[in-house]
Amino acid sequence: MEQTSSGFKQEDTQPKDWAQQLHHATRATREDWFGRGISYLCIGVIILVVASMLWFITSKGIATFTQNHVNIGQFLTGTNWAPDQGKTGALPMIVGSFAVTFAAALVATPFAVGTAIFMTEIAPKRGRKVLQPVIELLVGIPSVVYGFIGLAVVVPFMRHLVGGSGFGIISATFVLFVMVLPTITTMTVDSLRAVPRFYKEASLALGATRWQTVSRVILRAATPGILTAIIFGMARAFGEALAVQMVIGNAAVMPKNLISPASTLTSQLTTGIGDTIDGTLPNNALWSLALILLLMSLFFNALVRVIAKRGQLSHER
Amino acid sequence: MLKDYSFDQTAVQTFDDHVALALKTEDLQVYYGSNHAMHDANLAFPKNQITALIGASGSGKSTYLRSLNRMNDTIATVTGKIWYHGVDINQPDVNIYEIRRHIGMVFQRPNPFAKSIRENIIYALRATGIKDKKVLNQRVEQSLKGAALWDEVKDTLDKSALALSGGQQQRLCIARSIAMEPDVLLLDEPCSALDPISTVKVEETLLELQKKYTIIIVTHNMQQAARISSQCAFFHLGHVMEYAPTATMFSTPKIQVTQDYVSGSFG
Repeated sequence: MEQTSSGFKQEDTQPKDWAQQLHHATRATREDWFGRGISYLCIGVIILVVASMLWFITSKGIATFTQNHVNIGQFLTGTNWAPDQGKTGALPMIVGSFAVTFAAALVATPFAVGTAIFMTEIAPKRGRKVLQPVIELLVGIPSVVYGFIGLAVVVPFMRHLVGGSGFGIISATFVLFVMVLPTITTMTVDSLRAVPRFYKEASLALGATRWQTVSRVILRAATPGILTAIIFGMARAFGEALAVQMVIGNAAVMPKNLISPASTLTSQLTTGIGDTIDGTLPNNALWSLALILLLMSLFFNALVRVIAKRGQLSHER
Repeated sequence: MLKDYSFDQTAVQTFDDHVALALKTEDLQVYYGSNHAMHDANLAFPKNQITALIGASGSGKSTYLRSLNRMNDTIATVTGKIWYHGVDINQPDVNIYEIRRHIGMVFQRPNPFAKSIRENIIYALRATGIKDKKVLNQRVEQSLKGAALWDEVKDTLDKSALALSGGQQQRLCIARSIAMEPDVLLLDEPCSALDPISTVKVEETLLELQKKYTIIIVTHNMQQAARISSQCAFFHLGHVMEYAPTATMFSTPKIQVTQDYVSGSFG
């Protein structure tokens, strides 16, 4: 098409149908539809999978209460677990799960925060180059390896140290401690690095020491992130099955102390699920344990979201 | 393109012995790795005056300022002498925390902690071991009055400092520094993030504060330097080119580069 010197197109030679031109689809718009279509398809499939899993576990999990008419209160508070004899008190496993989770988080948090401070504030270069890959490697080790080390090293060690069989909550705690440590550490490192530099500068310029700055300003500002890290660690500990199963002893009895065999929701699930027949009470009862696990992980997730929201508010400038 | 000004021709004033000096640097050099960012800075700062450090971006004025209270320790190598009360404070065995309590600093962007107004001020006081509530409250009031912020915030001391306006936040940062009762106050472009009205308030505050403190202020704004400072140093590409009383510097600069800069025909 001819162009005048001013750059405008000469329209009077061939009148153009602007309405048609601006309404018809081009290659660009078709590409756009295609891209959007693919994303919608993917997210649709994922939503479908997640929703059906939730529905499946929930429907199976409540069958204990709807089909087998087990009282839900008795299920949660009963201490006698022998589903093949009709006894479905799940409290021992619930207590076991919470005990190892909290104990592991309690032991791991100080080490994780200390390591994270070292990696970000004391030796940031070495932290990034050496420690970061090491810790990321620890996250990637399969849980069966941790369990095996626990079985081969921790359990005999506990047996020698405190007597008994060596299987129990304390061994599980120790194994889980090593397993959640990298999770909590990496996330704490991220949250410490996210603390704005000006907080640190402001504190140092006022004559505060490095330790005062870290303990009163940086850790304070990173608290929501650290709490999130701890909860992620707890979620991992709560859901860990294999490694725990290998060292906790798997006795479905109320744990009386830290060194006698006990069991968790997950360990009971993995040991029991192969021995039961679909649709029977023993099978349904295990699904109910799975439902509790699911609800707990939803709870952990919700907690993380609440903390993240609060944290955002306090960082606004 | 920037003109090639010679670094050999400089005009840096010195002071007679009877002038009381707060701070003085001798042959101060700053290196970021292999980058020589500050060359031979020989400046002396008279007590209870405002000295302005002016120059274009990248001229080394902030680098120089941050060296004075050893805030560059972790990011740069600083050589040369910094004399403070007869002590060279640019020595590794000098207690940097003590230095920073006597030589306070306010930054370009207001940087209050995400704490209450009161907490912002007593944070550093607590860090030095002051626990007495009465003393703390007294310091809070004194310093906020000193920074001309008291009347605006006296009823909301326990509200978050982040709810304040930019200008108020910057004056809170000044209050936070003077609560430590320093000798010297270093300000790194304290008004560049503020609107004109807030800028005027901060400037008024500084003019009032020079009665008690020695103030060294980095600024991009030549009008600001002219309005508030008594001495003025012009930095160019990591060199101090001219240092003179502000009035002299702006009316009769001694060397070409300063002349070009203050008249706006720089580069």
